[in-house]
Amino acid sequence: MSEVKEKEVIKIKKSESLLSKRRRNILIDPLDDNNPVTIQVLGICSALAVTIKLEPTIVMSLSVVFVMIFSSLLTSLVRDYIPTRVRIIVQLAIIASLVTLVSEFLKAFNYEMFKVLGAFVGLIITNCIILGRLEAYAMGNKPYDSVLDALGSSVGYAWIILAVAFFRELLGSGSVLGYKVFEMIGWPSFPTNGLFVDSIGAFIILGLIIWVQRSRNGYVEN
Amino acid sequence: MNEIINLIIKSAFMDNMVFAYFLGMCSFLAVSKKVSTANGLGLAVIFVLTCTAPLNWLIQQNILNEGALSWIGPQFATVDLTFLQLLMFIAVIASFVQLVEMIIEKFSPALYGSLGIFLPLIAVNCSILGGSLFMVQRDFNLQEATAFGFGSGLGFYLAIIALAAIREKLKYSHVPDGLKGLGITMLLTGLMGLAFKTFIGMTL
Repeated sequence: MSEVKEKEVIKIKKSESLLSKRRRNILIDPLDDNNPVTIQVLGICSALAVTIKLEPTIVMSLSVVFVMIFSSLLTSLVRDYIPTRVRIIVQLAIIASLVTLVSEFLKAFNYEMFKVLGAFVGLIITNCIILGRLEAYAMGNKPYDSVLDALGSSVGYAWIILAVAFFRELLGSGSVLGYKVFEMIGWPSFPTNGLFVDSIGAFIILGLIIWVQRSRNGYVEN
Repeated sequence: MNEIINLIIKSAFMDNMVFAYFLGMCSFLAVSKKVSTANGLGLAVIFVLTCTAPLNWLIQQNILNEGALSWIGPQFATVDLTFLQLLMFIAVIASFVQLVEMIIEKFSPALYGSLGIFLPLIAVNCSILGGSLFMVQRDFNLQEATAFGFGSGLGFYLAIIALAAIREKLKYSHVPDGLKGLGITMLLTGLMGLAFKTFIGMTL
Protein backbone atom coordinates (compact mmCIF):
# COMPACT_ATOMS: atom_id res chain seq x y z
CA MET A 1 0.00 0.00 0.00
CA SER A 2 2.94 2.28 0.56
CA GLU A 3 3.86 4.45 -2.33
CA VAL A 4 7.33 3.52 -3.37
CA LYS A 5 7.89 6.52 -5.55
CA GLU A 6 11.10 7.75 -3.96
CA LYS A 7 12.75 4.50 -4.91
CA GLU A 8 14.80 6.00 -7.69
CA VAL A 9 18.07 7.49 -6.56
CA ILE A 10 18.14 11.20 -7.04
CA LYS A 11 21.31 12.65 -8.48
CA ILE A 12 22.72 15.15 -6.05
CA LYS A 13 25.16 17.93 -6.74
CA LYS A 14 28.31 17.68 -4.65
CA SER A 15 27.96 21.08 -3.01
CA GLU A 16 24.42 20.77 -1.70
CA SER A 17 23.74 22.67 1.50
CA LEU A 18 22.79 20.74 4.61
CA LEU A 19 19.18 21.89 4.43
CA SER A 20 18.54 22.59 0.77
CA LYS A 21 14.97 22.83 -0.54
CA ARG A 22 14.94 19.21 -1.66
CA ARG A 23 16.14 18.02 1.73
CA ARG A 24 13.64 20.19 3.53
CA ASN A 25 10.93 18.51 1.48
CA ILE A 26 12.21 15.06 2.44
CA LEU A 27 11.90 16.14 6.04
CA ILE A 28 8.57 17.96 5.93
CA ASP A 29 6.56 15.91 3.43
CA PRO A 30 5.84 12.98 5.78
CA LEU A 31 4.57 15.33 8.47
CA ASP A 32 1.44 16.23 6.54
CA ASP A 33 1.00 15.61 2.82
CA ASN A 34 2.57 12.19 2.81
CA ASN A 35 1.96 11.15 6.39
CA PRO A 36 2.94 7.52 6.99
CA VAL A 37 -0.11 6.77 9.12
CA THR A 38 -2.97 8.69 7.58
CA ILE A 39 -1.95 8.69 3.92
CA GLN A 40 0.32 5.68 3.41
CA VAL A 41 -1.50 3.46 5.96
CA LEU A 42 1.65 2.12 7.61
CA GLY A 43 2.52 1.36 11.19
CA ILE A 44 -0.94 1.32 12.68
CA CYS A 45 -0.24 -2.13 14.06
CA SER A 46 2.01 -1.83 17.02
CA ALA A 47 1.51 1.57 18.54
CA LEU A 48 -2.21 2.29 18.86
CA ALA A 49 -2.44 -0.01 21.85
CA VAL A 50 -0.22 2.26 23.95
CA THR A 51 -2.29 5.39 23.29
CA ILE A 52 -4.58 5.05 26.30
CA LYS A 53 -2.43 7.55 28.19
CA LEU A 54 -0.22 10.32 26.87
CA GLU A 55 2.88 9.42 28.86
CA PRO A 56 3.56 5.89 27.52
CA THR A 57 2.79 7.25 24.07
CA ILE A 58 5.57 9.82 24.41
CA VAL A 59 8.02 7.08 25.39
CA MET A 60 6.81 4.94 22.51
CA SER A 61 7.20 7.75 19.97
CA LEU A 62 10.70 8.54 21.19
CA SER A 63 11.64 4.86 20.90
CA VAL A 64 10.30 4.70 17.36
CA VAL A 65 12.14 7.90 16.37
CA PHE A 66 15.37 6.47 17.78
CA VAL A 67 15.03 3.04 16.15
CA MET A 68 13.97 4.58 12.87
CA ILE A 69 16.83 7.08 12.58
CA PHE A 70 19.55 4.63 13.51
CA SER A 71 18.20 1.74 11.44
CA SER A 72 17.98 4.05 8.42
CA LEU A 73 21.51 5.28 9.01
CA LEU A 74 22.94 1.77 9.41
CA THR A 75 21.02 0.31 6.48
CA SER A 76 22.04 3.20 4.29
CA LEU A 77 25.69 2.76 5.27
CA VAL A 78 25.78 -0.95 4.43
CA ARG A 79 23.30 -0.81 1.55
CA ASP A 80 25.87 -1.70 -1.10
CA TYR A 81 26.98 -4.80 0.75
CA ILE A 82 23.56 -6.38 1.34
CA PRO A 83 22.65 -9.14 -1.14
CA THR A 84 19.15 -8.47 -2.47
CA ARG A 85 17.84 -11.92 -1.63
CA VAL A 86 18.43 -11.69 2.09
CA ARG A 87 17.83 -7.96 2.54
CA ILE A 88 14.62 -8.37 4.57
CA ILE A 89 16.38 -10.55 7.12
CA VAL A 90 19.33 -8.15 7.32
CA GLN A 91 16.97 -5.22 7.83
CA LEU A 92 14.98 -7.14 10.45
CA ALA A 93 18.21 -8.02 12.25
CA ILE A 94 19.28 -4.35 12.34
CA ILE A 95 15.86 -3.27 13.61
CA ALA A 96 15.65 -6.09 16.15
CA SER A 97 19.07 -5.23 17.62
CA LEU A 98 18.11 -1.57 18.00
CA VAL A 99 14.76 -2.47 19.55
CA THR A 100 16.56 -4.76 21.99
CA LEU A 101 18.75 -1.78 22.95
CA VAL A 102 15.66 0.37 23.60
CA SER A 103 13.99 -2.38 25.56
CA GLU A 104 17.06 -3.02 27.75
CA PHE A 105 17.47 0.73 28.29
CA LEU A 106 13.86 1.06 29.43
CA LYS A 107 14.19 -1.97 31.67
CA ALA A 108 17.23 -0.42 33.33
CA PHE A 109 16.15 3.21 33.71
CA ASN A 110 12.34 3.24 33.72
CA TYR A 111 11.11 -0.17 34.80
CA GLU A 112 7.54 0.99 35.48
CA MET A 113 7.21 2.30 31.96
CA PHE A 114 8.66 -0.98 30.68
CA LYS A 115 5.90 -2.82 32.57
CA VAL A 116 3.22 -0.53 31.10
CA LEU A 117 4.46 -0.91 27.54
CA GLY A 118 5.09 -4.63 27.98
CA ALA A 119 5.26 -6.56 24.75
CA PHE A 120 4.66 -3.46 22.66
CA VAL A 121 8.27 -2.30 22.81
CA GLY A 122 9.23 -5.55 21.11
CA LEU A 123 6.53 -5.04 18.56
CA ILE A 124 8.34 -1.96 17.20
CA ILE A 125 10.23 -4.55 15.14
CA THR A 126 7.15 -5.29 13.11
CA ASN A 127 6.18 -1.65 12.79
CA CYS A 128 5.69 -1.44 9.04
CA ILE A 129 6.84 2.19 8.83
CA ILE A 130 10.38 1.26 9.78
CA LEU A 131 10.73 -1.67 7.40
CA GLY A 132 8.82 0.26 4.74
CA ARG A 133 11.16 3.27 4.84
CA LEU A 134 14.27 1.08 4.96
CA GLU A 135 13.05 -0.82 1.94
CA ALA A 136 11.78 2.18 -0.01
CA TYR A 137 14.35 4.81 0.88
CA ALA A 138 17.39 3.84 2.91
CA MET A 139 18.29 0.96 0.58
CA GLY A 140 18.81 3.39 -2.29
CA ASN A 141 19.93 6.70 -0.84
CA LYS A 142 22.84 8.32 0.94
CA PRO A 143 23.08 8.16 4.76
CA TYR A 144 22.30 11.84 5.46
CA ASP A 145 19.21 11.88 3.23
CA SER A 146 18.03 8.62 4.75
CA VAL A 147 18.35 10.04 8.25
CA LEU A 148 16.30 13.09 7.23
CA ASP A 149 13.67 10.84 5.67
CA ALA A 150 13.59 8.65 8.78
CA LEU A 151 13.27 11.69 11.04
CA GLY A 152 10.41 13.07 8.97
CA SER A 153 8.52 9.80 8.79
CA SER A 154 8.92 8.94 12.45
CA VAL A 155 7.89 12.42 13.62
CA GLY A 156 4.93 12.28 11.22
CA TYR A 157 3.99 9.01 12.86
CA ALA A 158 4.61 10.34 16.36
CA TRP A 159 2.32 13.37 16.09
CA ILE A 160 -0.57 11.22 14.91
CA ILE A 161 -0.30 8.76 17.81
CA LEU A 162 0.26 11.64 20.24
CA ALA A 163 -2.93 13.29 18.97
CA VAL A 164 -4.85 10.03 19.37
CA ALA A 165 -3.45 9.58 22.88
CA PHE A 166 -4.31 13.17 23.84
CA PHE A 167 -7.98 12.76 22.92
CA ARG A 168 -8.22 9.29 24.39
CA GLU A 169 -6.79 10.36 27.73
CA LEU A 170 -8.82 13.58 27.79
CA LEU A 171 -12.17 11.98 26.97
CA GLY A 172 -11.55 8.58 28.53
CA SER A 173 -9.90 9.49 31.83
CA GLY A 174 -10.54 13.24 31.94
CA SER A 175 -6.85 14.04 32.30
CA VAL A 176 -3.79 15.15 30.36
CA LEU A 177 -0.44 13.61 31.36
CA GLY A 178 -2.10 12.53 34.59
CA TYR A 179 -3.34 16.02 35.54
CA LYS A 180 -7.10 16.13 36.05
CA VAL A 181 -7.75 19.11 33.80
CA PHE A 182 -11.50 19.12 34.20
CA GLU A 183 -11.23 19.39 38.00
CA MET A 184 -8.78 22.27 37.57
CA ILE A 185 -11.14 24.29 35.39
CA GLY A 186 -13.94 23.68 37.87
CA TRP A 187 -15.91 20.98 36.11
CA PRO A 188 -15.30 17.86 38.24
CA SER A 189 -18.51 16.19 37.06
CA PHE A 190 -17.20 15.91 33.47
CA PRO A 191 -18.66 12.65 32.11
CA THR A 192 -15.67 10.52 31.05
CA ASN A 193 -16.41 7.88 28.49
CA GLY A 194 -15.06 4.38 29.06
CA LEU A 195 -15.33 3.67 25.36
CA PHE A 196 -12.26 5.85 24.74
CA VAL A 197 -10.15 3.90 27.20
CA ASP A 198 -11.13 0.83 25.23
CA SER A 199 -9.59 0.03 21.85
CA ILE A 200 -12.79 1.08 20.09
CA GLY A 201 -12.18 4.72 20.98
CA ALA A 202 -8.76 4.59 19.32
CA PHE A 203 -10.19 3.28 16.06
CA ILE A 204 -12.89 5.93 15.98
CA ILE A 205 -10.56 8.81 16.92
CA LEU A 206 -8.00 7.73 14.33
CA GLY A 207 -10.78 7.45 11.73
CA LEU A 208 -11.90 10.99 12.52
CA ILE A 209 -8.32 12.37 12.46
CA ILE A 210 -7.86 10.76 9.05
CA TRP A 211 -11.13 12.30 7.87
CA VAL A 212 -10.12 15.81 9.02
CA GLN A 213 -6.62 15.53 7.62
CA ARG A 214 -7.62 14.14 4.27
CA SER A 215 -10.40 16.67 3.76
CA ARG A 216 -7.85 19.41 4.46
CA ASN A 217 -5.28 17.90 2.09
CA GLY A 218 -7.80 17.00 -0.56
CA TYR A 219 -6.36 13.49 -0.71
CA VAL A 220 -8.89 10.94 -2.00
CA GLU A 221 -8.28 7.21 -1.94
CA ASN A 222 -9.89 5.09 -4.61
CA MET B 1 -9.87 -29.78 28.35
CA ASN B 2 -12.44 -27.16 29.26
CA GLU B 3 -9.74 -24.62 30.08
CA ILE B 4 -8.15 -25.15 26.69
CA ILE B 5 -11.43 -24.57 24.87
CA ASN B 6 -12.11 -21.56 27.05
CA LEU B 7 -8.70 -20.15 26.19
CA ILE B 8 -9.36 -20.62 22.47
CA ILE B 9 -12.70 -18.83 22.71
CA LYS B 10 -11.22 -16.08 24.87
CA SER B 11 -8.31 -15.40 22.53
CA ALA B 12 -10.52 -15.54 19.44
CA PHE B 13 -13.31 -13.27 20.65
CA MET B 14 -12.69 -11.30 23.85
CA ASP B 15 -8.95 -10.81 23.42
CA ASN B 16 -9.13 -10.60 19.67
CA MET B 17 -5.71 -9.65 18.26
CA VAL B 18 -7.14 -6.98 15.99
CA PHE B 19 -9.86 -5.41 18.10
CA ALA B 20 -8.32 -5.59 21.55
CA TYR B 21 -4.60 -5.19 20.80
CA PHE B 22 -4.43 -3.58 17.33
CA LEU B 23 -2.06 -6.29 16.18
CA GLY B 24 -1.86 -7.24 12.53
CA MET B 25 -3.60 -4.01 11.55
CA CYS B 26 -1.44 -3.43 8.47
CA SER B 27 -2.35 -6.60 6.67
CA PHE B 28 -5.83 -6.41 8.17
CA LEU B 29 -6.36 -3.09 6.39
CA ALA B 30 -4.37 -3.82 3.25
CA VAL B 31 -5.67 -7.28 2.38
CA SER B 32 -9.33 -6.86 3.31
CA LYS B 33 -10.62 -5.58 -0.03
CA LYS B 34 -11.79 -8.96 -1.31
CA VAL B 35 -13.16 -11.94 0.64
CA SER B 36 -11.21 -14.53 -1.35
CA THR B 37 -7.78 -13.02 -0.66
CA ALA B 38 -8.73 -12.28 2.94
CA ASN B 39 -9.62 -15.94 3.27
CA GLY B 40 -6.18 -17.02 2.03
CA LEU B 41 -4.30 -14.68 4.34
CA GLY B 42 -6.47 -15.59 7.31
CA LEU B 43 -5.87 -19.30 6.88
CA ALA B 44 -2.12 -18.77 6.51
CA VAL B 45 -2.06 -16.68 9.71
CA ILE B 46 -3.94 -19.38 11.64
CA PHE B 47 -1.42 -21.97 10.48
CA VAL B 48 1.71 -19.93 11.18
CA LEU B 49 0.48 -18.72 14.58
CA THR B 50 -0.50 -22.24 15.68
CA CYS B 51 3.00 -23.48 14.79
CA THR B 52 5.22 -20.59 15.92
CA ALA B 53 3.61 -20.14 19.35
CA PRO B 54 4.59 -23.61 20.68
CA LEU B 55 7.91 -23.43 18.81
CA ASN B 56 8.83 -20.13 20.45
CA TRP B 57 7.56 -21.49 23.77
CA LEU B 58 10.07 -24.34 23.53
CA ILE B 59 12.85 -21.89 22.68
CA GLN B 60 11.93 -19.62 25.57
CA GLN B 61 11.78 -22.47 28.08
CA ASN B 62 14.83 -24.43 26.91
CA ILE B 63 17.24 -21.77 25.72
CA LEU B 64 16.35 -18.20 26.67
CA ASN B 65 15.10 -18.28 30.27
CA GLU B 66 17.52 -17.79 33.12
CA GLY B 67 18.99 -21.16 34.00
CA ALA B 68 17.22 -22.84 31.09
CA LEU B 69 20.51 -23.94 29.59
CA SER B 70 21.34 -26.16 32.57
CA TRP B 71 20.50 -29.23 30.47
CA ILE B 72 23.84 -28.76 28.71
CA GLY B 73 25.87 -28.80 31.87
CA PRO B 74 25.92 -27.32 35.38
CA GLN B 75 28.22 -24.47 34.32
CA PHE B 76 25.42 -23.05 32.18
CA ALA B 77 22.92 -22.89 35.07
CA THR B 78 23.34 -19.13 35.56
CA VAL B 79 23.24 -18.07 31.92
CA ASP B 80 20.40 -15.65 31.16
CA LEU B 81 19.72 -15.10 27.48
CA THR B 82 16.36 -13.30 27.70
CA PHE B 83 17.82 -10.25 25.96
CA LEU B 84 18.03 -12.36 22.79
CA GLN B 85 14.28 -12.98 22.91
CA LEU B 86 13.25 -10.53 20.20
CA LEU B 87 15.98 -11.59 17.78
CA MET B 88 15.27 -15.29 18.30
CA PHE B 89 11.51 -14.93 17.94
CA ILE B 90 11.64 -12.88 14.77
CA ALA B 91 14.23 -15.26 13.31
CA VAL B 92 12.02 -18.26 14.10
CA ILE B 93 9.00 -16.56 12.55
CA ALA B 94 10.84 -15.41 9.43
CA SER B 95 12.42 -18.80 8.84
CA PHE B 96 9.18 -20.61 9.58
CA VAL B 97 7.31 -18.50 7.07
CA GLN B 98 10.06 -19.22 4.54
CA LEU B 99 9.80 -22.94 5.32
CA VAL B 100 6.02 -23.00 4.98
CA GLU B 101 6.34 -21.18 1.69
CA MET B 102 8.78 -23.77 0.33
CA ILE B 103 6.71 -26.74 1.55
CA ILE B 104 3.50 -25.41 0.05
CA GLU B 105 5.25 -24.57 -3.19
CA LYS B 106 6.58 -28.11 -3.40
CA PHE B 107 3.51 -30.10 -2.44
CA SER B 108 0.55 -27.97 -3.42
CA PRO B 109 1.28 -25.54 -6.25
CA ALA B 110 -2.44 -24.71 -6.51
CA LEU B 111 -2.62 -23.49 -2.90
CA TYR B 112 0.71 -21.72 -3.38
CA GLY B 113 -0.75 -19.88 -6.34
CA SER B 114 -3.66 -18.57 -4.33
CA LEU B 115 -1.61 -17.71 -1.23
CA GLY B 116 1.67 -16.84 -2.96
CA ILE B 117 2.17 -13.17 -2.24
CA PHE B 118 0.58 -13.19 1.21
CA LEU B 119 2.87 -15.81 2.68
CA PRO B 120 6.01 -13.63 2.93
CA LEU B 121 3.82 -10.79 4.23
CA ILE B 122 3.03 -12.86 7.30
CA ALA B 123 6.59 -12.56 8.61
CA VAL B 124 6.01 -8.87 9.37
CA ASN B 125 2.46 -9.36 10.61
CA CYS B 126 2.60 -8.09 14.18
CA SER B 127 0.00 -10.55 15.43
CA ILE B 128 2.47 -13.41 14.96
CA LEU B 129 5.27 -11.81 16.96
CA GLY B 130 2.64 -10.44 19.37
CA GLY B 131 1.29 -13.96 19.90
CA SER B 132 4.73 -15.19 20.92
CA LEU B 133 5.43 -12.22 23.20
CA PHE B 134 2.04 -12.40 24.93
CA MET B 135 2.45 -16.12 25.45
CA VAL B 136 5.68 -15.48 27.38
CA GLN B 137 4.18 -12.57 29.29
CA ARG B 138 1.20 -14.64 30.45
CA ASP B 139 3.19 -17.71 31.58
CA PHE B 140 1.35 -20.27 29.48
CA ASN B 141 2.35 -23.92 29.38
CA LEU B 142 2.95 -25.71 26.07
CA GLN B 143 -0.67 -26.80 25.64
CA GLU B 144 -2.02 -23.38 26.48
CA ALA B 145 0.47 -21.71 24.17
CA THR B 146 -0.67 -23.86 21.25
CA ALA B 147 -4.32 -23.19 22.05
CA PHE B 148 -3.60 -19.47 22.40
CA GLY B 149 -1.83 -19.42 19.03
CA PHE B 150 -4.69 -21.20 17.35
CA GLY B 151 -7.36 -19.05 19.01
CA SER B 152 -5.61 -15.81 18.13
CA GLY B 153 -5.26 -16.94 14.54
CA LEU B 154 -8.93 -17.85 14.44
CA GLY B 155 -9.84 -14.42 15.80
CA PHE B 156 -7.76 -12.72 13.13
CA TYR B 157 -9.36 -14.91 10.46
CA LEU B 158 -12.92 -14.07 11.57
CA ALA B 159 -12.11 -10.36 11.80
CA ILE B 160 -10.49 -10.07 8.37
CA ILE B 161 -13.23 -12.11 6.65
CA ALA B 162 -15.95 -9.98 8.22
CA LEU B 163 -14.25 -6.72 7.30
CA ALA B 164 -13.63 -7.89 3.72
CA ALA B 165 -17.29 -8.83 3.34
CA ILE B 166 -18.38 -5.40 4.59
CA ARG B 167 -15.91 -3.60 2.33
CA GLU B 168 -17.14 -5.50 -0.72
CA LYS B 169 -20.62 -4.14 -0.04
CA LEU B 170 -19.22 -0.71 0.75
CA LYS B 171 -18.15 -0.23 -2.87
CA TYR B 172 -21.74 0.57 -3.78
CA SER B 173 -22.32 3.24 -1.16
CA HIS B 174 -21.53 6.95 -1.16
CA VAL B 175 -18.80 7.73 1.33
CA PRO B 176 -17.57 11.33 1.86
CA ASP B 177 -14.32 11.92 -0.06
CA GLY B 178 -12.05 12.33 2.96
CA LEU B 179 -13.40 9.19 4.58
CA LYS B 180 -12.94 6.95 1.56
CA GLY B 181 -10.63 4.00 2.05
CA LEU B 182 -8.77 4.12 5.34
CA GLY B 183 -11.06 6.51 7.22
CA ILE B 184 -14.28 4.59 6.83
CA THR B 185 -12.42 1.32 7.42
CA MET B 186 -11.15 2.61 10.78
CA LEU B 187 -14.67 3.62 11.82
CA LEU B 188 -15.97 0.23 10.68
CA THR B 189 -13.27 -1.54 12.65
CA GLY B 190 -14.31 0.44 15.71
CA LEU B 191 -17.93 -0.65 15.31
CA MET B 192 -16.89 -4.25 14.73
CA GLY B 193 -14.76 -4.07 17.86
CA LEU B 194 -17.85 -2.92 19.74
CA ALA B 195 -19.68 -5.99 18.48
CA PHE B 196 -16.85 -8.30 19.57
CA LYS B 197 -16.95 -6.72 23.06
CA THR B 198 -20.33 -8.38 23.63
CA PHE B 199 -18.55 -11.70 24.12
CA ILE B 200 -16.89 -10.45 27.34
CA GLY B 201 -17.65 -12.69 30.29
CA MET B 202 -18.63 -15.72 28.24
CA THR B 203 -17.12 -18.98 29.50
CA LEU B 204 -17.85 -22.57 28.80
